Amino acid sequence: MDPSFLVIQALSGFASASSLFIIASGLTIVFGVTRIVNFAHGSFYMLGAYIAVTIVPRLLDLSYSPAAFFLGVLLSALLVGLIGVAVEVLLLRRIYRVPELFQLLATFGIVLIVEDLVLKVWGPVDIAGPRAPSLRHGVEILGQRFPAYELVLIAVGPLVLGLLWLLMHRTRFGVLIRAATQDREMVGALGVNQARLFTLTLFLGASLAGLGGALQIPRIPANAHMDLSVITDAFVVTVIGGMGSVPGAFVAALIIGQLQAFGILIFPKVTLVLVFALMAVVLVVKPWGLFGRPEAASGRVMPPEGIPALRRFRPAETALACLAILALLAVPLVGDAYKVKVATEILIFALAAFSLQFLVGVGGLVSFGHAAYFGIGAYAAGLLVTGPFKAPMELALVAAPFAAGLGAALFGFFIVRLSGIYLAMLTLAFGQIVYAICFQWVEVTGGDNGVVGVWPSSWASGRSTYFYLVAALSLTAIVLLRRVIYAPFGYTLRAARDSATRAEAIGLDVRTHRWLAFTLAGAAAGLAGGLYAFMKGSIDPTLTGIPLSIDFLVMVLVGGIQTVMGPLVGAAFFHALKDAVMPLTEFWRLLLGIAIIATVLAFPRGLAGAAEALRGRRAATPKTVEASA
Amino acid sequence: MSTRDETFRPLSRRTLLGGLAAAPLGLAASRAVAQGQPGSGPIRIGELNSYGRMAAFAVPYRNAMQLAQDAVNKAGGIKALGGRPIEIVFRDDGSTPGDATRVAEELLTRENVAFLCGTFLSNVGLAVADFANQRKALFLATEPLTDALTMGSGNRYTFRVRPNTYMQTRMLVEAVKGRGIKRWAIVAPNYEYGQSAAANFKKLMAAAVPGFEVVGEQFPALGKVDAGATVGALSQMKADGLFNVLFGADLTAFVREGNTRGLFEKRTVASLLTGEPEYMIPLGDETPEGWVTTGYPWETIDTNGHKEFVAAYRARFNDTPRLGSLLGYVVVGMIRDMLEKAGSTETEAMIAALEGLTSQTIAGPVTMRALDHQSTLGAWIGETALNGRQGTMKNVRYADGANYLFPEAEVKAARKA
Repeated sequence: MDPSFLVIQALSGFASASSLFIIASGLTIVFGVTRIVNFAHGSFYMLGAYIAVTIVPRLLDLSYSPAAFFLGVLLSALLVGLIGVAVEVLLLRRIYRVPELFQLLATFGIVLIVEDLVLKVWGPVDIAGPRAPSLRHGVEILGQRFPAYELVLIAVGPLVLGLLWLLMHRTRFGVLIRAATQDREMVGALGVNQARLFTLTLFLGASLAGLGGALQIPRIPANAHMDLSVITDAFVVTVIGGMGSVPGAFVAALIIGQLQAFGILIFPKVTLVLVFALMAVVLVVKPWGLFGRPEAASGRVMPPEGIPALRRFRPAETALACLAILALLAVPLVGDAYKVKVATEILIFALAAFSLQFLVGVGGLVSFGHAAYFGIGAYAAGLLVTGPFKAPMELALVAAPFAAGLGAALFGFFIVRLSGIYLAMLTLAFGQIVYAICFQWVEVTGGDNGVVGVWPSSWASGRSTYFYLVAALSLTAIVLLRRVIYAPFGYTLRAARDSATRAEAIGLDVRTHRWLAFTLAGAAAGLAGGLYAFMKGSIDPTLTGIPLSIDFLVMVLVGGIQTVMGPLVGAAFFHALKDAVMPLTEFWRLLLGIAIIATVLAFPRGLAGAAEALRGRRAATPKTVEASA
Repeated sequence: MSTRDETFRPLSRRTLLGGLAAAPLGLAASRAVAQGQPGSGPIRIGELNSYGRMAAFAVPYRNAMQLAQDAVNKAGGIKALGGRPIEIVFRDDGSTPGDATRVAEELLTRENVAFLCGTFLSNVGLAVADFANQRKALFLATEPLTDALTMGSGNRYTFRVRPNTYMQTRMLVEAVKGRGIKRWAIVAPNYEYGQSAAANFKKLMAAAVPGFEVVGEQFPALGKVDAGATVGALSQMKADGLFNVLFGADLTAFVREGNTRGLFEKRTVASLLTGEPEYMIPLGDETPEGWVTTGYPWETIDTNGHKEFVAAYRARFNDTPRLGSLLGYVVVGMIRDMLEKAGSTETEAMIAALEGLTSQTIAGPVTMRALDHQSTLGAWIGETALNGRQGTMKNVRYADGANYLFPEAEVKAARKA
């Protein structure tokens, strides 16, 4: 390859690295200070682009100059920063006192709302922004043409890094950000006004996202899919660099930019999985990312994020549970065909959500990629039935949990070595790798078209019969998993969750227990996936994708992360809600997002958690650690 | 820490928010009662599509369907069924197979629709087609392009309207094969549509052009093309021809980068779908000139009432028609003809009517081939050009889909299973 081409390709890599860094730096600062996994960061990026394509042309009409262009870009960034402030003041501030994961749910609600608002305000057609004046042309470098604007982009990345360094080291606000990133409890104890610190941090983070979006308008048209296309990459960069580390994000962005630029020369189809494979490798080798540090608080005893203490059903609750099961079983007798279908789906999702709660609430292992095991189960079942084996449904349903358990055991081996957000991100990476395999191994998996014709055996093909089959298997699996939670195994997991070091000290093998738990949860999700495949009649990569993983997480959180049975309520509520709003309007994502945020604000412990709290207050017991069933 | 205090806020607001969260459930309940019985009232048609996620295509499509539906009803409804009007029930398909099959079920069981039509994404279309096969319901797949829908995964309940990936690629190959270009590079989005377009192109070109070779390929991820690196890699291949399958936001980013770096200079570019207004409008004044492409140059078409359609569409929606609009209008015409011929809303009667049915549409005559349930709706072939600050097509001709269908032998081999 001739050297001038290598130089040009490297420059292309630097340009994308710069863009990626600007976005990721905002994400990493917000996470460092507030510990919020901010899914809405991609929405801020998208808003930056949309606002810029609106105001920059107006400014260029006044004066066609680079100054006007970049003024418009900065103005867009500031406006997005103000939107970030609004989000913090109106929403996030109200939920800092609930389990940290719950804020993720709120930001997910924002993603849904912004997605549809953008369509409403700017319309569905992509809007290409103006090119920057005097930077339209290509610059001749070693005989090849390279866009002048991208040379500017290459410079902007280090410039932002430098400004952030000055901010962090030369201003009081920056010092507080660094302090809060290292130990925010201590910062609070020293009397710093946290509300203001958080508001300013959100302003900074959102502005950076907005800046990233606004800078892209000469290259990428503003479109309603921008948010999701950037958010995963931004997460990958922050994780590889080490969450909270701005220089780390810079280095990680450089690595990814170059890897992308040269990787596609060798493997043109590698685009889907490259960044996730890199993240998986980095996390396996360096569990805190390249520049990250173990959390200062990780040695301390934290207030538990999951189920605090177990208790048996009270008599009233036993009656309620029996009643709920009876009502459920009566659905095919009283409801119409469609209700039966929705009820079947709810049962399946309930099992998937419950298996996730087993990881999150009991084990403290937050998974952002639980759909991977759901999907492995679905694919195992689907491929067995349609592939060369032509296996019957019964065998496929046995194989589904085994395949998923095997996959979970394989990935879990690496995953349980990590903790906290890094663990969550590694589950995401493995989830994306499974997705990429399903997507790209066309000969076996049918690629993104998937495989159709996955229908149940004839005896179970009736809608009601299949409903009862699903009910029998799901309920049995849920009862068994619940049994495990109440067994010594479950107690061990909770001990390891609350203090891994103390659990080790009394001789518990934390890692092995977590590994087994991960495998078990994966197998249960796999059973759910198998059942789902036979109900839908088809398998395709969306069954392993991030959106479905997030749906499961939403079910767990809406139901209540501190309760054992909450996720079942959450699955029923979330799926019924989705089913109810979808026929109303094509802007159903907006309604869903509003409903999620309303739920977060009204029931900051989830639905089941709220019921608990209500009961607790009625009984006027002194507020101790709330027990849950 | 102050933000973690355990004080509870007043219950009243909480109740209010809870009510807000549950409101959609109540709204839906009031709506849930099934309407319309078969045999009386309007003929209900269930149309599911990605009106939210793919709004740039789907909203103009829905607009034109409503326009056509009103026209049919104003002209006296379906005469073979005693003048019953048609009523299209629109639903968002959620853009995933899982959601779409549930919506399809709802349309069939709750809304009592006579049959299903629509879908955009190929995997959604395939899943709904298989669902229709299982439920023995008619499914008119209007937009999905994947060849599998009428080939390997085809079934007797599923029909497709748009020219599929193979047909569109074949139209392009026919237009460029005479130019004597042998060294080609390919850029396509990394998913089924892109891969099968690339495979079709290679197969058809190898048969048509002696000495044809592919000097390199790029498959950026759908929706997140790294335009700089991709254009750099393509320039390096020193190909004489470039076959492009990118569309949407990817296309705009790719074209801008390619224009600045001179990728398209002194090269023949053959590009799928670029001439469709959906993808051409965002290109604006950066539309490259001289690309050979398939599309829908609505300003220049003057066949069979097309001008009247454009006038009516612009008058009602205050917007220019898109390819989706044309498709929606054509589909409703085909549905009307099918119902008139069938004289019934029974699935078997409708299938029998649709097989081999020829409709006079605003794009010309369109026949539903009985062999593979693929319609002969074609596409317009031409070269991209700039008209002021907007892209357009010149040297346009209509390529009748009938001349580009899969050979019968290939269909029989693929649909045997």
